[in-house]
Amino acid sequence: MNDPMIAVRGLRKSYGRTAVLRGVDLTVRRGEIFALLGPNGAGKTTTVNILTTLVRPDGGTATIAGADVVRQSAAVRRSIALTGQYASVDEFQTGEENLVMMADLAHLPKRAVRRRAHELLERFGLTEAAGRKVATYSGGMRRRLDLAISLVADPAVLVLDEPTTGLDPASRSQLWEVVRGLAADGTTILLTTQYLEEADRLADTIAVLAEGAIAARGTAEELKALVSGDHVRVTFDDAASLATARELGVAGLDAAEEDLKALALTFPSAEPVRAIRDVLDRAESSGLAVAGVSVVKPTLGDVFLALTGSPAADRATSITDSPAPEEALR
Amino acid sequence: MTTTLAPAARTASGPVRSAAVRAPLRDIATMTRREARRSMRSIDGLITAFALPVLIMSAFVIVFGGAISGGTGGDYIDYVVPGVLVMCLGMNSATAATGVAQDMTTGTIDRFKTLPIFSSSALWGHVIASVVRNLASVVVVMLVSVAYGFRPDADLGQWLGFVGFAVLAVVTFTWLCVVFGLVMSVEASMSVSMIFLFVPYLSSGFVPVDTMPDWLHGFAENQPFTPIIETVRGLLAGTPDAGTIVTACVWLVGFLAASVVVGSVLYRRRTAR
Repeated sequence: MNDPMIAVRGLRKSYGRTAVLRGVDLTVRRGEIFALLGPNGAGKTTTVNILTTLVRPDGGTATIAGADVVRQSAAVRRSIALTGQYASVDEFQTGEENLVMMADLAHLPKRAVRRRAHELLERFGLTEAAGRKVATYSGGMRRRLDLAISLVADPAVLVLDEPTTGLDPASRSQLWEVVRGLAADGTTILLTTQYLEEADRLADTIAVLAEGAIAARGTAEELKALVSGDHVRVTFDDAASLATARELGVAGLDAAEEDLKALALTFPSAEPVRAIRDVLDRAESSGLAVAGVSVVKPTLGDVFLALTGSPAADRATSITDSPAPEEALR
Repeated sequence: MTTTLAPAARTASGPVRSAAVRAPLRDIATMTRREARRSMRSIDGLITAFALPVLIMSAFVIVFGGAISGGTGGDYIDYVVPGVLVMCLGMNSATAATGVAQDMTTGTIDRFKTLPIFSSSALWGHVIASVVRNLASVVVVMLVSVAYGFRPDADLGQWLGFVGFAVLAVVTFTWLCVVFGLVMSVEASMSVSMIFLFVPYLSSGFVPVDTMPDWLHGFAENQPFTPIIETVRGLLAGTPDAGTIVTACVWLVGFLAASVVVGSVLYRRRTAR
């Protein structure tokens, strides 16, 4: 069974005169975590809606486990589960009632319904809250219940549409752990996200979706290699040293980008090790104090910016998304 | 894939067929349980189902009753109870619009649509739960109105006819409200009950049509609530009129068919907003 679990060829969809998807190609292997990364409006949700049989494409084909999403939608629905952008759980039901309902809808044998519900409650740490109405749950608990509900029928493919939007960092990493565990057990996972960190830390393969087409795909490392060139960053103890350093005559340093708050100069370099040695040698011979030097690798953020022309969500949103943006983007 | 599936589907054998019937019924039963919980656990829903009908009944009988009947005594209650009953059935069905609108905004309907279940079972869940809720509400309203002096004169057959007709009316009203719920926001869906609050006023439900200004006669005599309320009135008074019942049923079945078709198509086409 080396056939791809998800195969998408030339997928097109327009709403009115707006082309949302302009020929999307994707291949997702069994057991892979595949991230569809893109800014708002890139077509992520439309792709998800087509793959989950909610929306019919205008052109192109998409198959899940060999079944066509348009012509064999019933077969597709048997192998997928969708967790949408909102936690679609019923507030007026308890956690257990939500799960039992979904187990009934999955047509599990009557005897198995409760057992499956309890299994999942336990697995997602919701046993104690099982008898409480979902209205009393925290955001993280709702997401966990939402995910548990998706797993009731043991789907071969799990589609997660922006699964951690609005979650605090702790709940987010908790959810990542669960997703990794599922993939390790053989579930194929397609997730959409606008968070670089999420794609970088979670996905085996990342596809960048921009303006309705795949702009690039590969592992996080492969994508970072697309943006050539490391950067060298030199920090100083005071602004005067920083200004003097520009006169040292090291290639690139004279035109370096300066960050006065961090007292740092950053410049691109094809040979970063040699550039660092030059900086240190010249600084020492002219008696200039250098506080620190480092090599800065390109981030997914740089890739994203280069491919889509718009900065990623992580940069634009508040600190609740990523405590230290630079670190998060790495 | 296609070649292996097609023959099995074509030669639907005994067990396969019975599963094909049982699975949709189980889906509808599950969805009905869900809606029943929603109704029972929402203060709003309970008020609309039980408190509001009793208050409306009390208002018409105790507050307006004396003036409207012109002091001729207790007959007005026999006249007005059917009108209040139908109005309450409508308003109580209208909560389905809000339920559907909520499911559309939270993405719950999207999730249901990605499941291998009977396609419109979520909508049927609303309808059946609504029938149960309404029948319970009718019992309460009926007991209160009898306490106020209402004396129905129906025989067993007419009572059964009344129950059957009420179920048809509720199924129709609820399907109509489901359609509204599929296209409206949660806030807008809350005003759907206004249709059932105001349109019956312009019928023979509360005062005879010939007491209204001439220009209203055409609408009041020909709008669906007039035959619907007259049917209930006839059945409860023990004097059903076949022509009126047929007119009422044609209206209801027509609205029902249109709502089921439009609702099912909208359900398949629309995704969360």
